[in-house]
Amino acid sequence: MSTMTITPEIIAQHQLTAGEYQKIVDILGREPNYTELGIFSVMWSEHCSYKSSRLHLKTLPTRGKLVVQGPGENAGIIDIGGGYVIAFKIESHNHPSFIEPFQGAATGVGGILRDIFTMGARPIAVLDSLRFGRLDDPVNGARNRRILSGVVAGIAHYGNCFGVPTAGGECIFEPGYEGNPLVNVFALGICRKDDVFYAKAAGVGNPVIYVGARTGRDGIHGASMASAEFTEESKQKRPNVQVGDPFMEKLLLEACLEAMQTGAIVGIQDMGAAGLTCSTCEMGSRGSVGIEIELDRVPQRETGMTPYEIMLSESQERMLLVADKGREDEVFRVFRKWGLEASEVGVVTDDGKLRVRHHGEVVAEIPNRELADEAPLYDRPYTEPHRKVALVPDLPVADVQNALPLLLAAPDICSKRWIWEQYDFQVRTNTVAGPEAADASILRIKETGTSIAISLDGNGRYCYLSPREGAKLAVAECCRNLSTVGARPVAATNCLNFGNPERPEIMAQLVEAIEGMGEACRFFDTPITGGNVSLYNETLGEGIYPTPVIGIVGMMKTDWPVTIPFKHAGRTVMLIGGVGTCDDVRFGSTQYAKEIVKQLWGLPPELSLEYEQRVQMAIRRMIADGLIDSAHDLSDGGLGVRWRSVPSGRRKSGRRSISIPTCVRSNCVSTKARPAS
Amino acid sequence: MKFGVIVFPGSNCDHDALYAVRHNLGQPAEYIWHDSPTLGDVDAVILPGGFAYGDYLRCGAIAKFSPVMQAVKKFAADGGLVLGVCNGFQILAEAGLLPGALIRNRGLKFICREVSLRVETVNSPFTNSVDKGQILRMPIAHGEGCYVADDRTLDELEAEDRIVFRYVGNPNGSARDIAGILNRERNVMGMMPHPERATEPLMGSTDGLTVFQSMLGAAVRA
Repeated sequence: MSTMTITPEIIAQHQLTAGEYQKIVDILGREPNYTELGIFSVMWSEHCSYKSSRLHLKTLPTRGKLVVQGPGENAGIIDIGGGYVIAFKIESHNHPSFIEPFQGAATGVGGILRDIFTMGARPIAVLDSLRFGRLDDPVNGARNRRILSGVVAGIAHYGNCFGVPTAGGECIFEPGYEGNPLVNVFALGICRKDDVFYAKAAGVGNPVIYVGARTGRDGIHGASMASAEFTEESKQKRPNVQVGDPFMEKLLLEACLEAMQTGAIVGIQDMGAAGLTCSTCEMGSRGSVGIEIELDRVPQRETGMTPYEIMLSESQERMLLVADKGREDEVFRVFRKWGLEASEVGVVTDDGKLRVRHHGEVVAEIPNRELADEAPLYDRPYTEPHRKVALVPDLPVADVQNALPLLLAAPDICSKRWIWEQYDFQVRTNTVAGPEAADASILRIKETGTSIAISLDGNGRYCYLSPREGAKLAVAECCRNLSTVGARPVAATNCLNFGNPERPEIMAQLVEAIEGMGEACRFFDTPITGGNVSLYNETLGEGIYPTPVIGIVGMMKTDWPVTIPFKHAGRTVMLIGGVGTCDDVRFGSTQYAKEIVKQLWGLPPELSLEYEQRVQMAIRRMIADGLIDSAHDLSDGGLGVRWRSVPSGRRKSGRRSISIPTCVRSNCVSTKARPAS
Repeated sequence: MKFGVIVFPGSNCDHDALYAVRHNLGQPAEYIWHDSPTLGDVDAVILPGGFAYGDYLRCGAIAKFSPVMQAVKKFAADGGLVLGVCNGFQILAEAGLLPGALIRNRGLKFICREVSLRVETVNSPFTNSVDKGQILRMPIAHGEGCYVADDRTLDELEAEDRIVFRYVGNPNGSARDIAGILNRERNVMGMMPHPERATEPLMGSTDGLTVFQSMLGAAVRA
């Protein structure tokens, strides 16, 4: 074993506290060696262990009639009928995307795609939720533009080559994201219900097989990097960012799905954050078995790698699987066909331990369960949510007529065609409604004859003013987007982007947002089947707006989509749900306040879940009855913006006499398909 | 009429091409693996879109060495119908079955959007069911779709009526707005737009189906 002495400095470098170190000593019954310390540090990092959020995440609704698999696996799974299920999840790749935007975003896409196909599902859609600093910022505008173009190019590079449509998403610009851009990627795949695979090792004596790219020194401690604030030194962490190879991933996808069909695979997991460490101990822990691996057999692309480096590498496009003993050749044959390297690196044992050998010598021996599932759990103290804005400031006199063009040109509101045109949003020919075509992205499922609608939403401004109400509003808007295309919301996934949870006022944002999200998801009956938490989104002590992003999927029949544009002159336009109420306090969260007054104050829009639900049910009913051929929800910018942003070939028909809307409510603009009687 | 869809490692429109032929054209189709030395009993071959071998070196530069390409060349030389779409066009150009090359879009960015194509010739097995000058709507999705060739080659293509489609509103900087071309024998066509993505109403257009229907018509007449 490694002879390096573990000093308090080394422990601190691994971002472990004295208490956590003591827990390691208690588990092992001895001092860990350097390799073991590294293994514990990544598995117990915030990114992998959710140690600050787990306690609160447990309060979220996760069960439902259609839920086949909730949180705890690589992705959540929902039954869509006809013998098929969908697997979906959202994940963040925020920290790497700041340090190296192109590769950070590309590997973010790669990581979530692997999470989907490791469950046996073929990815059929990607959506992303992005946040950047303002592009026109006089000081940091150039850097913000560089980050944006890198992230978009990275997403395009990976998704386009892999062959999955990037079917929608959202992109918002705020000064608060300047030092901490957010890159949240959602992916969804389809699978036969009987063909779902789990990341579970089983069968003592079964071989453990490593597939895909070779292991290099890239991405070591990526998970730990994502669990700390940015400082001046963070820029030197570029080597911690992995490099993506979408072609390799495409081969892995096809080979894995084909190998799964042999029936010789027992369990399979991708190597994402914490690489080989995470995949071995999690598969072992889930199956209550041990795993022993010999690092000499791990394909390596560099020479002289230490056990520490091999175990912690986050090289991309790698999978670990357990095969039935005696049937390995069937698996190897498929991977050879696809030109992929596959090697037997170890064996399933009965002692519940992760045992790592290097040149035959044991270099780490840790009980799987304690390592994977018994990470420290913190009930971090929290106070009132951080918020440094007034309830009602002195407001200038509004000049609403001249404000509308400015609002329409605002980066949050104007069309993002310049982004999404760089994504192949059509490959696989399932995209019924792509980016900005309708309020939600719609993918038909050829196998079942039904369709899936997907919407992502997050609103940092609302959540900064009130984390609880903001999170509820995000859920409500997501459901509204789905209802506006006629889909019934059925399940959700979430990505919680926050600052440093060790600050009680930030922890309070996290706690309140989770509670609000839970309340709204329970109300709309959209259980959360998985997701991701990204904390420490801070640079030099300055945090982001609390940004819980929610992705909700809905089910609908395959049909002509109800899209945004007005299609025929002479149709009736209806406003459903009323114009809403708004006072000076609630006005502070609007796009008008942001773009024209250039301030944030007050409270987010008022939300009545019960009223929202009624409006949505009405819309869904009208669509089901074939009464509507266009619909658009009222959100950012309200009625004024939404009315004007509806494209129409016949603008001249009908005079538009409108006033600037007050605030966002549960409203929809629709056109009746038949003349009003 | 049986279609063969070539699958290179990294092809990602192979499923779409197969679906278009089977479901929307109603003809049999099967995949042909890239290391196959023969094409079997197919009547036409489609080289689908994607990123063959990752296209890290140059689009199609590796794919042209695939064993199956020898079979495709022989098939083409014997008069068989070969359709290369997007990456398939790039591979055909690299393999020398079509003249010219595809380079990065003039705007340097990947573009995915629906475009209008003008049918320039109906004297081809790929456009015999449409009218000359007819406008077809179908999507493009490529980063390297700017068609280039020397002036002599371009003049020759025009003189021999081998330009099949031109863009109306050139999206990528292609020389003389070229979106699709034929070989001299007129049985091999390469095009950057995706006809397989425009083969049923739910896809937004059915204009792409005309390409496959024309191939079918040509085979029936032959």
